[in-house]
Amino acid sequence: MSAVTLPQIATLGRRAVIRTARQPANVVFPLIFPMLLLAVNAGGLKAATNLPGFPTDSFLAFALAVPFVQGALLATINANVELARDIQTGFLNRLALTPVRGLVLLVGQLGGLLTIALVQAVFYLAVGLAFGVRLASGVGGAAMVLLLETVIALGFAALGSWAALRTGSTEAVQGLFPVFFVFLFLSSMNMPRNLIQADWFRWVATVNPVSYLIEAVRSLVIEGWNWETIGLGFAAAGGLSIVGFALATQALWRRLERT
Amino acid sequence: MEPSYDNSIDAHGLVRKFKKGPLAVDGLDLHVDPGEIYGFLGPNGAGKSTTVHMLTTLLPPTAGTARVAGYDVVHEGPKVRKAIGAALQEAALDPFLTGREHMRLQTTMHGITGEERRRRSDELLARVGLTEAADRKVKGYSGGMKRRLDLALALVHGPRVLFLDEPTTGLDIQSRTALWEEVGRLAKREGVTVFLTTQYLEEADVLADRVGIIDHGRIVAEGTPEQLKAEIACSTVEAVPSDPAQRGAMAAVLERFGEPTTGFGPSSVAVQLTSTNGNLAEIVRALDAESVGVSQLQIHEPTLDDVFLAKTGRHLEGAGDDKGAQAERATA
Repeated sequence: MSAVTLPQIATLGRRAVIRTARQPANVVFPLIFPMLLLAVNAGGLKAATNLPGFPTDSFLAFALAVPFVQGALLATINANVELARDIQTGFLNRLALTPVRGLVLLVGQLGGLLTIALVQAVFYLAVGLAFGVRLASGVGGAAMVLLLETVIALGFAALGSWAALRTGSTEAVQGLFPVFFVFLFLSSMNMPRNLIQADWFRWVATVNPVSYLIEAVRSLVIEGWNWETIGLGFAAAGGLSIVGFALATQALWRRLERT
Repeated sequence: MEPSYDNSIDAHGLVRKFKKGPLAVDGLDLHVDPGEIYGFLGPNGAGKSTTVHMLTTLLPPTAGTARVAGYDVVHEGPKVRKAIGAALQEAALDPFLTGREHMRLQTTMHGITGEERRRRSDELLARVGLTEAADRKVKGYSGGMKRRLDLALALVHGPRVLFLDEPTTGLDIQSRTALWEEVGRLAKREGVTVFLTTQYLEEADVLADRVGIIDHGRIVAEGTPEQLKAEIACSTVEAVPSDPAQRGAMAAVLERFGEPTTGFGPSSVAVQLTSTNGNLAEIVRALDAESVGVSQLQIHEPTLDDVFLAKTGRHLEGAGDDKGAQAERATA
């Protein structure tokens, strides 16, 4: 990495953060929406904790993992809509006309997005703690949650960047939102997989990588240090990140036809 | 390899064909000397922007070769990008960043950091008259301010060759003139080679040392504005009859002096004089002899639009304004 590469990545990341921070809708919605959904679920599905084998007596603690995934999704959609807009307005061409390397453009964009996702994760964690959730894994577990959130956000962000770079269309990136949310709802977000009664739903939740992301965060909140679950969560997030990054890099290569 | 200090642009047989699309640039040859302002004039869709994209390395040519600042645009893209600055057709700015934040981003992408970055940013913002607005978000800038910031951004690394793709489109005359002055200063005082695309005849006429007229991806005429106009060497006479019923009679008289031409007012009759065939006094006498009353008579000196018309059989879009500006009025 050359002496100019790191400042370039930092400056591009800084731009992504500033741009988001200056659009209140892009700040407030990803913070408030997951919290509202959490409040509704924690109130409405509290009775689920009475099911035999339910892993905790607090549905709030059980469901707290979900905002981390939702937040990463929302941050990804917003940031990649901006990336698609950069393509439409020619801002990407402005950057492509400088000596900056293509990979630096992608890493800078993703870096800014990870920063935003991390700030959101700290907020979700603080809200959970404020409402009485205690992490079974302690302070170290909180740090692990943030680390896991970083990898989760990277996976979604890279996939979103691929869509933005491949299509150059803000509408196409926005169209990913419901697709991601289908994956979220078809996961173990509201019920442990072993307690899902419908066979097809349990099967879908088992093959759905989003289940493993939620379960890894959840295990740190309600269970403690379950390395197998944590490992599966990192593996799922890491897998998404690798696939997403490879696709995004290829799409960037095609998008920047520069010689 | 030795660094290049050549500021010229050279293209030979440059071709760009888009998939399932037309031949946007069709065997283009051009040479721009160091320190020269080259005006690339043509209507929408003529191939101007595609040419700029190829010369600035954003788009690989389908065929042909080009060297910019001494470097091959296909094989030495990074070196070309270090040597050039470009303000492309749309002033692609981030509405949520300030002018100063744009400067910071652009300088850093060019590897300029620290005190040098601040010094250059301040200097360029002052030069384009944006010091006071530097800390305001770009979404509050006027079109002229955005263009000036765009120019400042293109200059952060001290480029030797500057590409400006329709830099004054949509600007008011004041902003346009200010930008022309700055571009002229860059070429004359700093020796920067400027490749300027434009749809505005006046812009090419005022600013460019030489003009290339492009149509359907090919250069149809090239030379200094004076040389090109001298090739046409004939003025256009436009007259308006006092009585609209005499329009036909007026046309018959005027056609003795030249070929009918279009692009003027609906009540006007216009002919392009054929060489030295006739002058204003003769035309007035002929109209008088046929008892055709004249409410207005104008002679238009040849313009670059006439050159375009002569070469392609069509007028350039927006040519009317420029004709008006250059008209020599004589009221009979």
